[in-house]
Amino acid sequence: MGLQIAFWVLALIAVGSSAGVILQKNLFRAALLLVVCFLASAGIFVTLSADFLAAVQVIINVGAVAILIIMSIMLTREVTRGSPSNRLGAPAFVISALIVFILVFSILTTAWPISGAEPAQPTTSVLAQILIGDPGFILIIQMSAILLLSTIIGAIVLMKEK
Amino acid sequence: MAPGLEEYLILSALLFSIGLFGAITKRSAVVILICIEIMLVAVNIALVAFSRFITPVELTGQAFAVFVIVVAAAEVAVGLAIILTLYRQRHTIDTKKVDLLKW
Repeated sequence: MGLQIAFWVLALIAVGSSAGVILQKNLFRAALLLVVCFLASAGIFVTLSADFLAAVQVIINVGAVAILIIMSIMLTREVTRGSPSNRLGAPAFVISALIVFILVFSILTTAWPISGAEPAQPTTSVLAQILIGDPGFILIIQMSAILLLSTIIGAIVLMKEK
Repeated sequence: MAPGLEEYLILSALLFSIGLFGAITKRSAVVILICIEIMLVAVNIALVAFSRFITPVELTGQAFAVFVIVVAAAEVAVGLAIILTLYRQRHTIDTKKVDLLKW
């Protein structure tokens, strides 16, 4: 019962705040609504008993990504111009509604192989096993290290004063 | 009755289409990046829901979600660096006025 209430409240907050990002004219408030959306999704991860991912979501997305976006909004002085839309409003709405309709239809008509097992609790040791264990994703972990290094170098090169 | 897989997937689909709508219609490059972040959050919710309801012991979906978060962080860092460079050179990040690659 408590899980159900938490899910519906968090889902309402997530959908409302992301709709607010679209509708909000003030860029800075849109970025703050993105933070609300990240926090709600961290709560949804908690209701899915993904404790490690909820903490990672708060640390990386709320702590780093949102701060980067707010900093860049301040640096570009776009706040004065608001958040204008282009003329693609109607076709974009039709496409989005179509995608949501197709997705919901296929979600509701698929017979999911639901497993009745209790979720692993806590998830950190299982995740460590699957990420850096023997039949795991160790190669992808090393690739993401290379990705992060090239990201750092790329960002520094792009931002260097010419 | 706790929420099942379908509820989480429908929430994820809603968030994804809201982000898609914003990414198509907005003109400010920063808002487009914000909408892409919303789409990535939606994908993560779907992955974690699959992990919870279909592989609750192996947690394969959560491993994918970790990589999605890594790639999202890298994408935001490079994207904002490009936007700031663009602003420094052209004094605008309006995608209507930045048409260097348009033919």
